[in-house]
Amino acid sequence: MNKLQYLKIIYILFKKELMSYFNSPIAYIFIGVFLIVGNWLFFNAFFLIGQASVRNYFSLLPWIFLFLSPAITMRLWAEEKKSGTIEFLLTLPVTDWQVVLAKFFSALAFLFFSLLLSISIPFSVAWLGNLDMGPVIGGYLGALFLGGSYLALGLFISSLTKNQIIAFILGLVACFTAFIIGADFVLAGAPAALAPLMKFIGLGSHFNNIARGVIDTKDIIYYLSFIFLFLWLNVRVIEKRSWK
Amino acid sequence: MIEIKNLTKKFGQNLVLDNLSFSVAKGEILGFLGPNGAGKTTTMKIITSFWPATSGQILIDGLDTAVNSLATRRKIGYLPETVPLYEDMRVFEYLKFVAEIRGLEKFKIMPRLKEVVSLCGLSKVWRRPIDELSKGFRQRVGLAQAIMHEPDILILDEPTTGLDPNQIVEIRDLIKTIGREKTVIFSTHILSEVSATCNRVIIINNGKIVGQGSPAELEKQYGNLEQAFRELTK
Repeated sequence: MNKLQYLKIIYILFKKELMSYFNSPIAYIFIGVFLIVGNWLFFNAFFLIGQASVRNYFSLLPWIFLFLSPAITMRLWAEEKKSGTIEFLLTLPVTDWQVVLAKFFSALAFLFFSLLLSISIPFSVAWLGNLDMGPVIGGYLGALFLGGSYLALGLFISSLTKNQIIAFILGLVACFTAFIIGADFVLAGAPAALAPLMKFIGLGSHFNNIARGVIDTKDIIYYLSFIFLFLWLNVRVIEKRSWK
Repeated sequence: MIEIKNLTKKFGQNLVLDNLSFSVAKGEILGFLGPNGAGKTTTMKIITSFWPATSGQILIDGLDTAVNSLATRRKIGYLPETVPLYEDMRVFEYLKFVAEIRGLEKFKIMPRLKEVVSLCGLSKVWRRPIDELSKGFRQRVGLAQAIMHEPDILILDEPTTGLDPNQIVEIRDLIKTIGREKTVIFSTHILSEVSATCNRVIIINNGKIVGQGSPAELEKQYGNLEQAFRELTK
């Protein structure tokens, strides 16, 4: 199979996945909740602080994503297994990698779309004061990488169960753990030998760099490897067909 | 066309298929009979590459399903027993997706969709969401999905369960029409269906073949198919 055909199949699967977001009310509820909660929490503090900065918003995002990413990914595999459509999907002439990539990119596209709608926040702030665009662009980029990592992890967890609720809760716990493990207050209590490793593994510590507007290739490579690791594990789970 | 050699499947310690061997020739309609749990569905899931075999080999046109799985999957149309469909899609969205993913060329998609829809009698529900369809229509959508890419081999797992007598006759006629030029394997519990449609019957029990032949041969030997089934799977 040549590369173009390979990508075409991913694209067809991707389209189908994306369609199923918007065919159900989930997408609209998700976007609504995301925008309301994000705007509310941000503007609540914004006028008190009185600074034309969106730094606060980007430090909120990881916490909002923590709940919303598993909500996106929970059904991606669990529902296919529960309804049996996985049997249809995996007997099509498609590779396991194609299916996993299509599911991942559809989730990422959906997250990107929601994120795009929140662009009203930096615009409002720029209108009210003098906004430095560097951290804004960095923040959005970082949010996309962090969101992608959450989604890859959540997708992997969804492949382990046929129960969406379990996929959501475990996904939330896993994302929370991965995010918090590199945070300062966790490191303070950790054994000194482990601390640098934990700081490196944690999703959060890398996010802070990017959100400050510092785009370091080290952080980007870190996020890409994190995403790849969980997509790879996901393919391994699907290959094994270990459910009955 | 399909050659199954010493197929064995174990789930843990549980032996589901025990050294199963048979072959199906082009243009044959093979009825797959056996009590529940005999291994019919498992065999089908292995032929379609959904599950791996514990040991043994399946060749489709000489291609091993474990090695050339993508190529063999392209030749097969499959309707699983549970008729899994994407509930939140509309009938046309779903079938269009199937046509695309099966690699139909762009200009052939619409004509083929029309053909399949009239063949399976779906024009009335074309725009309806799948989760609103009755059992009979679901079954037809599943069948439409399986024949979309004009596969050489059609594998249907109990395609007539839950249908009313009229629908059963319709589906049966459809299988016959398709079976003129294609290879069909289907499983069923309705024995009259077998004598009405199949050229050949395989009866399995506990993962082993216990009887095979044309319906006429089995009837001659045992009186009728029901008797054959009862005696062979006791």
